Parts: sequence; structure tokens; C-alpha cells
Amino acid sequence: MTQPVLSVVDVNTFYGSIHALRGISLEVHQGEVVALIGGNGAGKSTTLNSISGLVRPRTGQIMLDGEDLATYQAHQIMAKGIVQVPEGRRIFARLTVTENLKMGAFVVKDKALVLQRIESAFDRFPRLKQREHQVAGTLSGGEQQMLAIGRALMSDPKVLLLDEPSMGLAPVLVDQIFETIGQLHEQGTTILLVEQNARKALEIADRGYVIETGTIVLAERAADLRDNEMVQKAYLGID
Amino acid sequence: MTAVAIQPTDMPGAGAADTWNLRRVLQISVIAGVVAIYLCLVGIVPVFAERPLIVDVLELGQAALLITFGAASYLAGMDQVKASWLRAVVVGAIVGAITGAFLTGLVLLGEAIDLRSVFLNASPTLYALLTDGIVLTGPIVPIVAGAITGALAAVILGLPSAIRVPLVIGLSSLLFFGLFAGLLRTPMLVTPLRDVARFMFGSEGLTAAGAAIVFVVSVGTTAIVRRTKPRQRVNALPPRQRRLVVGPLGLLVLALVLLFPLAMGPFFAQVIALVAIFVLLGMGLNITLGLAGLLDLGFVAFFAVGAYTVALLTSTAEYGLANWGFWEAVPFAVLFAMLFGLILGLPILRIRGDYLAIATLGFGEIIRILAGSDLMKPILGGPRGILNIPKPLDVPPTHWLSGPVQIYYIALAFAAVVAFIAWRLRSSRLGRSWMAIREDEDVAEGMGVNLVQTKLLAYMLGGAFAGLAGAISAGLVGSIFASSIQLQLSINVAAIVIVGGMGSIPGVVVGALILVGLPELFREFSDYRLLFYGIALMVIMILRPEGLLPSRVTRRELHTSRELADVPDSELVTDEERREASLP
Ligand SMILES: Nc1ncnc2c1ncn2[C@@H]1O[C@H](COP(=O)(O)OP(=O)(O)OP(=O)(O)O)[C@@H](O)[C@H]1O
Ligand SMILES: [Mg+2]
Repeated sequence: MTQPVLSVVDVNTFYGSIHALRGISLEVHQGEVVALIGGNGAGKSTTLNSISGLVRPRTGQIMLDGEDLATYQAHQIMAKGIVQVPEGRRIFARLTVTENLKMGAFVVKDKALVLQRIESAFDRFPRLKQREHQVAGTLSGGEQQMLAIGRALMSDPKVLLLDEPSMGLAPVLVDQIFETIGQLHEQGTTILLVEQNARKALEIADRGYVIETGTIVLAERAADLRDNEMVQKAYLGID
Repeated sequence: MTAVAIQPTDMPGAGAADTWNLRRVLQISVIAGVVAIYLCLVGIVPVFAERPLIVDVLELGQAALLITFGAASYLAGMDQVKASWLRAVVVGAIVGAITGAFLTGLVLLGEAIDLRSVFLNASPTLYALLTDGIVLTGPIVPIVAGAITGALAAVILGLPSAIRVPLVIGLSSLLFFGLFAGLLRTPMLVTPLRDVARFMFGSEGLTAAGAAIVFVVSVGTTAIVRRTKPRQRVNALPPRQRRLVVGPLGLLVLALVLLFPLAMGPFFAQVIALVAIFVLLGMGLNITLGLAGLLDLGFVAFFAVGAYTVALLTSTAEYGLANWGFWEAVPFAVLFAMLFGLILGLPILRIRGDYLAIATLGFGEIIRILAGSDLMKPILGGPRGILNIPKPLDVPPTHWLSGPVQIYYIALAFAAVVAFIAWRLRSSRLGRSWMAIREDEDVAEGMGVNLVQTKLLAYMLGGAFAGLAGAISAGLVGSIFASSIQLQLSINVAAIVIVGGMGSIPGVVVGALILVGLPELFREFSDYRLLFYGIALMVIMILRPEGLLPSRVTRRELHTSRELADVPDSELVTDEERREASLP
């Protein structure tokens, strides 16, 4: 088997005395979409934040292409190719759409390449094109999520971490966001997807992990997880 | 049920605008009455009772009360004038009369008991002033004066805007030139214009003839400008022709700016030089606060570092170290200020929000107290200060570039250069990363921004600008004392940035002109400087929370809810989505 792009090995993360991640291990391979599902407070965001360097694991390893990231700071990890779309979008509210996209390409030095990627972001999300000079804080929730994803893609990351991209969106927009994730999958983007909407996440993913109170309790192919009785009960609302 | 039905607002066809709205009338009257009493008791009315706006016609003290009457009636009348002009006039008179009645009350109260033990200004002079009308005398005077002024204000309010606007501007010009007349006269007396100056301006205030001229000219100009709309016409021109108009205009303004100190004399030059120094400070804080969102209430520290560096390196008196020229010292002043930015920045990198304000405030105080301490006295001279800092240009005292005039040019040149740098920084990669940190620190880091480096750069560059301001200020004053380092300076600079509009470069210039230039010009009112500051800040925060000349983005952000026309797309979006969302 080939080496995974991203591997998380026995990571323990604490907030003060709160033991949020209890020995998490997971892998993401090139071109895969991997879903991470779990209830509120299970530790999904903490897992992503530990990978992107926003919080520091106390023990364990996080490796990108076999390189341990422990000594790198968040901004360096980003430059290495791990980009996170944070929970709740968190676009730069007082910057324009274009400025937000430019910030996404902060580590890209080639100006022509940046402009080219802005154009492809607009191709992907035509609604952003119509609002390129609008202040991002005035965008609708759906557009903000598109902008957050577009911004994350600006640096052409090796691994894209998505934290609940469908949160708080109307059903039609949820479909649209998952369609976008599907397109990214087809184009070969490697994605670790955190979702409350387990049904949709498992439809689109290749593999999935189930996390409960800081521990991985299940790790299987997405289709198998969909058929798993416990998953059906707890996350898919099927008795 | 019945109780509701008899309320006038519930009667058919009677909207809110169609009632007398007595509540609001009373509200405004009471506020205006309190303001009027306040003006009397803090001394503005009695102290300036002899200070003419128009010689032998109108004194400033009285004018302050008349403006209060007028403004209150104008405000109250605005609700009414749509329904009926006559009613607006009646309401205006009532508001004026009630406001005046407060003063009558003050007079009666003051005659019954002596208020002077608490309010120094509640003297017989004040009462005499308030009860001495042109026709009448007695406590009735304020009421009558208020009623008449109020009615007149409401009459103006009801005029068609083609007359009203020029009239209001004419009256404002009278106030403006009445305040300025003495200042304008002095420099004109040494030019061929001296007879014009004598004819129009008294040593304080306008002459009656001058007032007539100012009024007619300002009304006329406003009327013509409103009729011909030169601005729209120029804007409507094709770009090339527009440049033909705007270009020469720009050159004209530049010429005026350059000739200004020669025409107006050293006093004005000094004031503008000070304004330019505050513009430098403001642009510095605009980087740390406006762009990077890092509040810095210890900004005076950088100013001090710049000023003391120049002083130590150039002074020919005690404590001077090197006897350098001003220009050799300036780069070091900037460099040291940047270094201090680094020293300040390092320990407070992880501090956010409110705590940052306290930490920087503390830093500023440390520097201030150190500068005045016995510890640093052998080096910095303490309260005795460092004297004999040479002027930047070494010219004989009779030369036209001696004194404040050269500082005017130097400060202005630096302000222009720094404005250019600040403007370029804003749209640069660094400027964007500052704004990203201001918006969301964590996400900015997640985009690859090195927080440590970027924040330190914000402190350092902001500090550099302030250090430059300190250096020039040392050259302007020629000395630096421990007492020149004041917390007040940090607050002034923050106020300039806020009043002008956060993150806006023209805003800083306007803010400095208003908050530094005006108080400097009106030294005679220096007792009321802080009052003026407070009022200016409150008025701006209420009427224009985005500042006077905001950057485009801030304006949009603060007004989107009220003025959606500004952001036409955003509404459309939500509708679109709502429709999509409501599909099955
Ligand atoms: N900054 C923090 N300080 C202290 N505790 C935290 C912090 N962030 C998260 N936690 C705790 O860590 C645990 C995991 O939180 P996390 O945000 O990772 O959950 P999650 O799976 O993303 O939940 P959700 O679906 O609600 O977003 C929770 O018990 C939470 O209270
Ligand atoms: Mg979460």
C-alpha cells in the first residue's frame, strides 16, 4: 500500500485539563475524501485544529507525506499544503471578496498564478464573480461558505480540511456545497471532511471514521459505515 | 378600548408627522434649556459677552445662546414643517420660549439665593447680561428673545431649499469669519491689503460692513454653486477633459498650500506645522490600529523616543552627545522608534482586545515616567529638559525660511511622503495581511500569515511614523522636556484616527485639522478645549460612527442595515436564496 498523504498517529490533545483527543489515529490517501463524523463535542474540530497546528497535540504524530509536522507553526504547516476551512466559515468580513481570495493565496508568490486562481475560483462559484468587490461580511451564508472554500483552494493545498461546510445552510445550498465537494473529489483534491450531516458525508466519501468523546470507534469504507447498525442508529436516524 | 380610541394618533388620517408631538417639543426644549444654562454656568456666555462676532452688533456670548435657541427650534420644527409652515413657526417660538424660560428661572433663582459658592460664573454680571434686552429689560428677556429667535429659525426652515441652504450657509459663514476675523486681520495688516483688512475686520470680530460683505458673498456663492452644479458637470465630462479641469485645480491648491505661510505669517505656519506633525502620528496609529486592529494607547512613547533621539544627537547645550545636524539625526530617531516598536510588540504579541489597550497604556506611562525620573535625569535632563536643538535648516533669523515656516514645509513634505507610503502599504500584501489579522487572527495564521512577524511590523512601522513626528516636533520647538511627554498626546492621536475615520488617510488629515488645528487657532478658548473634544467625539460617534472621511469599506459596514442602497446586491442575494430554499 502506498504511503498516505496525511497520517495522524495516536494523538492526544488537551485543553488545560480537558482531555479532548484520546489517542486519535487516522489516514488520508492521495485523492481520497475521508469523512469524520461524530456528535457535538466529540472532538472533530479539535482533530482538524491539531492537524493544522492551531492547537498543539501533547503526544502523538501528525505527518504530511511522511514528514512529522510537530516542529512547525500553523502558518508553516499551511505553507506545506494543509489548509483548513474553519467551522462557521470565518471569512474576513471587512475585506472584499477578491481581497479574501488574495489572502487565501498569501503564500503564493507568483502574482500571475494568483490572478489565474482567482479566475478559476470565480469559474467554480459564478455568484462570487458578481460580487467580487463587495465586502465579504455582506454576503449571504451560502456565499460566505463558497468564499471560504474558494479561499482555501487558492493555495492549491495537498490536503483540504473542511469543518462542517453545510452548517446552518438551507437544504438547497447544502446540496450545492456537497456538489462542490463532489467536483473537487473528481478533480483529485484530497479532503478530510468533518460533518454533522452524516448521511451526505458518507454518500460522498470513500472512507469514514466515527469519533466519540475523543476516540475513533469505527473506521471503515463509507459504504460499510452506511450499513453499520450503530451508525444508522446514532447518526443516520434509522432505527 | 375607548382610552385607545381617543388618542389623536389613532384618529383616521392622523399619522405621526401630522400631530403636534408635544412630547418631542418638550424633550427638545428641556435639553436646549439645560444646554443654555450650562453655557452660562461654565462661563462661555459671561466670559465672551465682550468678545464681538460683529463689532457693536453681536457678541459671542449672546450668539451662543441665540444659536442654542435657533438650533433647538430648527430641530423641533423639522417634524412640523411638512404639515404646515405656520405650525412649525409656532412650535419654534414655543421651543425658544421654553428654552429661554430656563434662563429666566436661572436668573430668578440666582436673585433669590447666591449660587456663586458653587458656580463661579453665576454672578450679577451674568444676570444683568441675561435681563438686558434691546427694547425690554427684566427676567422676561430670555423668553422673548428665545421665542423670536425660535420663530425666525422655523421661518428659515420652511423656506424652499434654494433660499434656505444659502441662508444657513451665510449665517454659518458669519459665525466662522466672526471667530476668525482677528486672526485673519493680523497678517493682512503688513500687506497691501491692509485697508481691506481694517474695513472688514475689527481686532476681534467682523465690522458691520465686513459682516454684510461676508454674508452677501457666501449667500451668492452658494446660490450660484447650487444653480450651476460645477461638480456634477465636471464629473460628467469625459475623463480626458476632466483631467484638464481637475489638474489645474490641483495645481492651484498646491500653490495655495505652498504660499500659505508666506501669506498668512508665522503663526498660521506654526499651527499647520503642528497639524502636520499630528497627521504623521495619526498615520502611524492608522497602521497599528486602523489596519492591523491593534489598539495602542501608549503611542506617545514612540514620539518621545523620536524627539529625545534627535535632542541627544543634535543639542549644543547640556546633555547633547554628538552635536550632529538635524538631518543626520532623523534616520536614527526613526530607527530607534522602530526598535521600541519591537520592544513593545514582543511581550504583548499574545494579548488581545481590551487587554492590549491596558498593556500599551502601561508601556506609554513607563516611558513617560522614566523620562521624568531621577534615574534618567543625568541623561535626559528630567524636567529641565534638553535645549538648543538646532532648526533643520540653518538660516539667519531674518531669512524667510527661518522659524516655523521651514517646519511647515518640512512637516508637510514628510506628511505627503508618509501618506504615500501608508497608501501603498494599504493595498500591498503586507497591508492585506494586517487587515486579515484585524478581522480574524487565527484564520489569518491559517492562511499562512506569520503572526509574530506581521504584528511586530505593524508596531514597528506605526512607531517609525510616530518617531519621525517626534523628531520634527523637536526641531519645531527647539527643546524637549519630560513634561512634553503626555498621556494626552496618545489620546489625541487615537481621537484623530477615530474622528477622521479608521483606516482612512484623508480622514487623518481632516481629524488633525479639526482636533489640533482649530483648538490651536482659537487659543482664546483654550479653557474649553477638552469640552470641545468631548462634544466633537460624541457628535461624531452619534451622527457618523464611521468617522468624517471613512474608507469605503468601513462606511459600507456601518451603514448596510440603514442604507441598503449602498450595497444593492446583498438584499438581492438573500431573496434569491430564500426562493431557492423554499423550493421543495
Ligand atoms: N478552546 C477550548 N477550550 C477548552 N475546551 C475546549 C476548547 N475547544 C473545544 N473544547 C472541548 O473539547 C471537546 C471537543 O470539542 P470540539 O470542538 O472538537 O468538538 P466537535 O466535535 O467539533 O463538536 P461540534 O460538532 O459541536 O463542533 C469538547 O468537550 C469541548 O468542550
Ligand atoms: Mg466542531
